[in-house]
Amino acid sequence: MTTGSLTAGRARFRLPRRQIPVLATLVLLLVMYGIGVSQYQAFSNVQVIFNVFIDNGFLLVVAVGMTFVILTGGIDLSVGSVVAMTAMVSASLLQQGLPAALVLVIALLIGPTLGLLMGCAIHFFEIQPFIVTLAGMFFARGMCTFISGSSIPITDGFWTRMSQERIGDPRGNFVSISVLVAFVVVAVAAYTLAYTRLGRNVYAIGGNPQSALLMGLPLGRTRIAVYTISGLCSAIGGILLSFYTLSGAPLIAVGMELDVIAAVVIGGTVLTGGSGYVFGTVLGVLVLGVIQTLITFDGSLNSWWTKIVIGGLLFAFILLQRLIGIRYK
Amino acid sequence: MTDNRPVVTMTGISKSFLGVRALHDVNFRLFPGEVHALMGENGAGKSTLIKVLTGVYDTDEGAITLDGQPVSFTGPMQATAAGVSTVFQEVNLCTNLSVAENIFIGREPRRLGAVRWGEVRRRARTLLARLDLDLDVSAPLGSYSLAIQQMVAIARAIDIQARVLILDEPTSSLDAVEVAQLFRIMRQLRDEGIAILFVTHFLDQVYEIADRITVLRNGGLVGEYATAELPQLSLVEKMIGKELDVLEGIEERSRRNLAVLEEGTPLVAVSDFGRAGSVEPFSLTIHAGEVVGLAGLLGSGRTEVARLLFGADRTDGGQVAVDGTPSSLRTPAQAIGHGVGFCSENRRAEGIVADLSVRENMILAMQAARGWLRPIPRRRQDELVDKYIKALNIRPSDPEVPVRNLSGGNQQKVLLARWLITEPRLLILDEPTRGIDIGAKTEIQKLVTQLSDGGMAVLFISAELEEVLRLSHKVAVMRDRQMVAQLANDDGLDADRVMQTIASGSHREEADR
Amino acid sequence: MNDTMSRYRTMTGHRLFWPAAVLVVMLVANTIYRPGFLSIELKDGHLYGTPIDILRLSAPLILVALGMTLVISTGGIDLSVGSLCAISGAIACMYISKQPDQNSLAVVLTALAMALGVALVLGAWNGVLVAVIGIQPIIATLILMVAGRGLAQLITQGQIITINSEPFRAIGLGHLLTLPLAIFIALAAALLVAAFTRRTALGMIVESVGGNAVASRLAGIRSGRVIFLAYVLSAVCAAVAGFMMTANVSSADGNAVGLWVELDAILAVVIGGTSLAGGRFFLSGTILGALIIQTLTTTVYAMNISPQTSLLFKAVVVIAVCLIQAPAFRARFTRRRGSVPPSSAIADKPKEQVPA
Repeated sequence: MTTGSLTAGRARFRLPRRQIPVLATLVLLLVMYGIGVSQYQAFSNVQVIFNVFIDNGFLLVVAVGMTFVILTGGIDLSVGSVVAMTAMVSASLLQQGLPAALVLVIALLIGPTLGLLMGCAIHFFEIQPFIVTLAGMFFARGMCTFISGSSIPITDGFWTRMSQERIGDPRGNFVSISVLVAFVVVAVAAYTLAYTRLGRNVYAIGGNPQSALLMGLPLGRTRIAVYTISGLCSAIGGILLSFYTLSGAPLIAVGMELDVIAAVVIGGTVLTGGSGYVFGTVLGVLVLGVIQTLITFDGSLNSWWTKIVIGGLLFAFILLQRLIGIRYK
Repeated sequence: MTDNRPVVTMTGISKSFLGVRALHDVNFRLFPGEVHALMGENGAGKSTLIKVLTGVYDTDEGAITLDGQPVSFTGPMQATAAGVSTVFQEVNLCTNLSVAENIFIGREPRRLGAVRWGEVRRRARTLLARLDLDLDVSAPLGSYSLAIQQMVAIARAIDIQARVLILDEPTSSLDAVEVAQLFRIMRQLRDEGIAILFVTHFLDQVYEIADRITVLRNGGLVGEYATAELPQLSLVEKMIGKELDVLEGIEERSRRNLAVLEEGTPLVAVSDFGRAGSVEPFSLTIHAGEVVGLAGLLGSGRTEVARLLFGADRTDGGQVAVDGTPSSLRTPAQAIGHGVGFCSENRRAEGIVADLSVRENMILAMQAARGWLRPIPRRRQDELVDKYIKALNIRPSDPEVPVRNLSGGNQQKVLLARWLITEPRLLILDEPTRGIDIGAKTEIQKLVTQLSDGGMAVLFISAELEEVLRLSHKVAVMRDRQMVAQLANDDGLDADRVMQTIASGSHREEADR
Repeated sequence: MNDTMSRYRTMTGHRLFWPAAVLVVMLVANTIYRPGFLSIELKDGHLYGTPIDILRLSAPLILVALGMTLVISTGGIDLSVGSLCAISGAIACMYISKQPDQNSLAVVLTALAMALGVALVLGAWNGVLVAVIGIQPIIATLILMVAGRGLAQLITQGQIITINSEPFRAIGLGHLLTLPLAIFIALAAALLVAAFTRRTALGMIVESVGGNAVASRLAGIRSGRVIFLAYVLSAVCAAVAGFMMTANVSSADGNAVGLWVELDAILAVVIGGTSLAGGRFFLSGTILGALIIQTLTTTVYAMNISPQTSLLFKAVVVIAVCLIQAPAFRARFTRRRGSVPPSSAIADKPKEQVPA
């Protein structure tokens, strides 16, 4: 029944290797930043970094949620659509004159609810996460156009204040509220993964779901929880996006799930689960942000180069993970 | 051995799955401070009984008590909480987590919801010290051997003030030293008053450690015995439940003159085959019509030898000659090209393709050798498949049934058929008789004899020495990943001598290259 | 009585029963809602009517899904097909648009050959990543899915390339024997793939590799070649689908062509009964799945609902079909709880433990 000696030989891999991808991402980030600084004078401005955070705050939040899902070995394709749906719902409710606080609560509830439902479908009916979240993606995107076929502007006072509020130092460098929210989400997520039972169960399930079940860990609850968390993060991301754009548009954030997955993978989380850190995801998002900034600074490069470079980086990082021998199950 | 009250009683337990009876009216008692062996052939109902006890399954009938109180666990977690812990054959821990975390996950010491990592590590060290294990508790579990992982699993199980410890075939992947270490821990725990339920297939181990034995057969209770009052032979009889004469006929025929066979060019001759971390370089010759037995303890490198010969793993160096011509065995496809077949010990993971039908599984190797562009004509397929279903008495006999629906023994026969269809010149059988019922076992042993009579060479690997001795012309002995001896199976050879060789590792001339 | 029951069981147990039932229900519902739904008329020697439209429009999806079926059967997945559609369409249109005589058959054939050549290379790239380097398929093809969109836009320089070429247009809108040419192309591809897999031993070997990669290797199958072939075939199917999509509108838009077709294709395969875990594949089921998806889209169009909102319905159908097919869901309604051995929850896990 066992392949005893075989697995014994194979199981001996050095785990510190698991940190190499994160370090590699860090090095890559520094190199890219170095290139930026050496090529463009304005790049050394601290505000450039802040802008990367401002422009990608919502992406970061969503990527944190995706990190949870991917750590359990699952995947959530619905995030981009849920982001758009949250923004649409907020914009539409605000347009109808609901108070901002109530709108926030409603908007923040939709994502987790959908996540919860998807998690239940995945756990109880044993349908692959890929398919379930694909259906969730269709559903959320469908809801967007169902609410309105065109973009809805947001004029609410709270939203505009959140959008325009600048928190900065005396020299004029600033970040937006979104960035602070994103940092809080990152901190909470990092704490959850490192110090709570839920977080440790996430790693255990990603490592070996069968063992986790036999060790008495709540497999189903944890699985459902990660999709709910991802839904919550998408909802927060949607709110942040609506702060950023001050509107809800039915076709916004199309294909965002790809950027998010790319950021998580570039951040060193292994797609089969069980290995990875929120900090890596932060770095992964920054890498994507810096690429975009570099391409913007260059001016001669077109936007499609972003996709090509991200594809190239994905390839490089996956190759790296293989070379240092992190096991894909 | 103890006359106090049992900690666990199970009375009148019955359990069926979709109409198939797995347990019928079974009684079972477990006393504090004893090691109690649960014995039975595969399919006897051992694992079902354990799963009923730990709440993985609920019972159809019967009652369970713990300390005299009726209990009905809803799952392993609840059973564990009540002091009934299980350690499974396959280590069910997460290799990506640290040793300490594996011991405590699910019940980590916490403050305000936050895991206290310092405390986790400290307690893990204390606990492992109690078991005389010196490990780096922050290191990932995956960096330790399977045996150590098993010990960690036991540490996890006993941490929760366990009063009942269930060890489900814990020794099947451990070597002798590791087994001794495990037994030391078991005795220590027993002396502390823990009741240990021990499931194993190794008779010697039962007699070494168990105080009492409960035997199951075909889902029913045969009886409960004190180990000291039950001779090995009667235990085997009770487990198997039928006479052993069926095997006797084979013995007479197999001990033939090795010298006759070893004339002429060997079919396969390898020298200096080996693989770092897997098996030390060895040399071996196999002649047509010869059955070479590979004996040794689990983990001694038997399977590794087979995999190298089949090209499933690549040898680090050395030469191979097929029919005296230098060739290479670097991939399974290449080995098959030379007429080698290999039935893996791991039927489910490395043998059958569960989705495919019996027919497709049987013709797979032949088809692979022909390449996908040259399909075997359907009529030819049907002929071959029919022939082997009849010859090997495979049931059900419908070739279009998915092979997953067959019993273990029949799956094994399908695998055999897969290779026989390729008409191999050398067939490597790795534990072909493990985990299958005695009837199928006999049929397979007879088949090996017939095949070798027909001129096929067979490399026969088995954990059961008797079986190896009964079938082989020559026995190669493995010890600690080294081939330490090659013994002609003449009148002078018996199980004792092979065991001595395994134990002492004494070399014979043939083994020196 | 018992006999009817068992016959009912065998019928509902057939893998094509539920997809076919869903399709029939949708067609019936449509006919009730709009009695003219199923009517077909002959105009100018061509057949017209909603059923014909559904067949014509589902042709590209069928093509992509056929290739996807093989890839999924090996235990993989190909996310890059949408990008491949865009790239092949872009190359073909770009080449044609640069030629003086866009209506020349030679020009169009050259364009198709070039695009197919590139698709072969990109398919081989996917194949090498999965079969040789051993990268998880979902990630390996994610690379081309992301970068491929960029490449398609690079080819068209971010523009929408419009062409005016009759022979090329015919791929999408031409007719043959009163029926749209696209239907024949899809049919031919289906027959070709079926013959390619079932007349040879390729199909069984693919299923074996997808069902148990380790066992297949030990049976002497060189699984690398087979897996490689599946990705190349999938890329070629996607390229032909890309021609059809661009020919339908006589223009190539690197951003829009084949957007989300990979998801539709995966859906079609899953609806058709092929497991995402690999193993047995069903080409007829896949085609049925593609028809279901297209019927749904057409239905929603006919009901004057915006195409984006049709995604809502798609979500419902996906969930419905998957639930019906999910053993766990069926078990819940046919058996008492508790008597189901709990192992099924993780039963398909060991399959993924292919050595790194």
